[in-house]
Amino acid sequence: MEKNLVLIVLLAPFIGFLGNVFFGKKAGKGFAGALGTVAVAISFALSVYFFLQVNQTGKPIAVTLFDWITVSNFKLDFGIVLDQLSLLWLLFVTGIGSLIHLYSISYMHEDENMHKFFSYLNLFVFFMITLVVGSNILIMFIGWEGVGLCSYLLIGFWYKNQDYNDAAKKAFIMNRIGDLGFLIGIFILGSMFSTLDYAQLKAAITAGNVDTTKLTVAALCLFIGAMGKSAQLPLYTWLPDAMAGPTPVSALIHAATMVTAGIFMITRLNFIFDLTPLVQNIIAIVGAVTALVAASIGLFQNDIKKVLAYSTVSQLGLMFLALGLGAYNVAVFHVITHAFFKACLFLGSGSVIHAMYHEQDMRRMGGLRKIMPITFATMMIATLAISGIPPFSGFFSKDEILLTAFHANIPLWIIASLASIMTAFYMFRLMYLTFYRDFRGTEEQKHHLHESPSLMTLPLIVLAILSLVGGVISLPFGGSWLNHYLAPLFNGSHAEHHLGTTEYILMAVAVAGGLIGIGMAYAKFLKGGAVPKEDHEMTGLAKTIYHKYYVDEGYMALIVKPINGLARFFRDTLEPALSQLVFSLGSLANGLGNLGARVQNGSIGLYLFAFVIGFSVLFIYLFLA
Amino acid sequence: MENILNHIGIENYLFLSVILFCIGVFGVLYRRNAIIVFMSIEIMLNAVNLLFVAFSTYHQDAEGQVFVFFSMAVAAAEVAVGLAILVAIFRNIGSIDIANLKNLKG
Repeated sequence: MEKNLVLIVLLAPFIGFLGNVFFGKKAGKGFAGALGTVAVAISFALSVYFFLQVNQTGKPIAVTLFDWITVSNFKLDFGIVLDQLSLLWLLFVTGIGSLIHLYSISYMHEDENMHKFFSYLNLFVFFMITLVVGSNILIMFIGWEGVGLCSYLLIGFWYKNQDYNDAAKKAFIMNRIGDLGFLIGIFILGSMFSTLDYAQLKAAITAGNVDTTKLTVAALCLFIGAMGKSAQLPLYTWLPDAMAGPTPVSALIHAATMVTAGIFMITRLNFIFDLTPLVQNIIAIVGAVTALVAASIGLFQNDIKKVLAYSTVSQLGLMFLALGLGAYNVAVFHVITHAFFKACLFLGSGSVIHAMYHEQDMRRMGGLRKIMPITFATMMIATLAISGIPPFSGFFSKDEILLTAFHANIPLWIIASLASIMTAFYMFRLMYLTFYRDFRGTEEQKHHLHESPSLMTLPLIVLAILSLVGGVISLPFGGSWLNHYLAPLFNGSHAEHHLGTTEYILMAVAVAGGLIGIGMAYAKFLKGGAVPKEDHEMTGLAKTIYHKYYVDEGYMALIVKPINGLARFFRDTLEPALSQLVFSLGSLANGLGNLGARVQNGSIGLYLFAFVIGFSVLFIYLFLA
Repeated sequence: MENILNHIGIENYLFLSVILFCIGVFGVLYRRNAIIVFMSIEIMLNAVNLLFVAFSTYHQDAEGQVFVFFSMAVAAAEVAVGLAILVAIFRNIGSIDIANLKNLKG
């Protein structure tokens, strides 16, 4: 019974996918949307059921489906484990997933390929669930690749635009680099322990006698995988480009769920990373630097979705910072609150874009507050949450990260705090440019402006409420439910920070930092009424940052150009030389043949003469020599 | 039985055979008429047959003579086929001068 229910959690979205693939087009848009949404909602309902059960008993549910791989002493089962961590991920993947499916029904209703969109979305949810619930790393890898594929399909969903296709390819290729690292990490672990099962790995590693050098290499490779999927430096450039996809996709895949897969992986394998402090340091530094760099790029972006994309990269950086400092539960906490408020922000921006006739440039917006009150209010709540203003959810999770950083390493704390101030600034810049002052778009757009239908505003409202109250799962005043809930997963107890004077001062500093960011944005964009300059008017540092520090151009010059150059060298020089060699062998044989053909002139007399001479020579050779 | 070789000597048979063979060879090489060429080939063949028989007698072994029967039977068949081909060629190109038979040119 339980096994069947677990299978339904996994397979419901897959059935939705098949249904939409085979019948979606004929059955119409209403059917496609409803099927997709219901499939994910079923998963969500069952996830809630299992969550309540595990929360009460504290015992993970493990189901072994079949023996998967058995080679000499290497054995792997295909199993599903619903423990505290996977259930948490299941809850928000399917929960936010259902809301976004609901939203998409309205958002995509004009698209002729709606059934395709929903089948891709369902497939994505299926793979995401696979990634989360598998009982070993290889199943996680299946899901990992699957979500990458769906990400590719959905970024390039409007495939008639070549730029979007390029963005999709970029995302796929960048992820491939990380995936290679992940795969190598899996191989190293497999060769070390002859198993990839989480429980067995954990037992083997905690038993001791582990080659730490090898383990460090493995952990580093795994982190490279996480870097690709979770868009960390230096593999982050695909995520902002991935905004080419429809906005619900950005909300679901590139903000709330898929990009947190790297964090899930590291949290899942925390027992490995605990033994490799070197890799932990690298993770912390990469995370902090990513947070700062991405936030600074976000300051100057004018595309509403690009701002949110860089904000996502930056927030993911903060989560990695927490992971690197060994505070896995804090990272998970931020993943959850971030999923709420970032999904809300993306869906809100989608609502704005919908109203603006697919205009995404904030320089053409403004004054939307009165026309779209619900979108405005929900986005405002999410913005306050991401800026770390109490009592919104983001405040608690971000504050815990800063607190952890402060206790571990002051420079990292400073970097993270700077990133937070910038976050507050660019988020309010976004809000002021979009919703305040006067409308700056065309007359035609102005007539078209409207509040989105209730199918779109309902998910917004739910997510806004969650962003508002999401913090309660881990309040800092002792007795954090989340820390208690996740405790069985981690070795040793990560002591909760005792709230002393220092902690209160730090909280005050964090809030003050957020307020400073907001204040600066207020002074410049609301009071000052500044509008960012057009692209060609930018100069100096602003231009550099607007162009993302020319990182893409740098990659172009450092990697793509040399490879292209090499390819061109092979094509223009090496290949002609090689084929010349082969061709000359051919023409040599041809020439010899022509020479020989001259003897074959058809004169029978000559043939006979040659025959006699040849025979005589043979004769002389055999008898006289 | 008195052996005829005692009177004539094996060497003379050899000389005759070689002379016949060389006549055949030169006939093949110098004549242009296909029928003459054909006849020359037959002379060579018979030179060899003669040698066979001579040695067969010399060694007191009948195998060589049996072999010659086979050889002559095959030669008869060959002549039949060869002449048929020549007739066919003559019908087609109106000549049996081998200088004109250039269709084998590669």
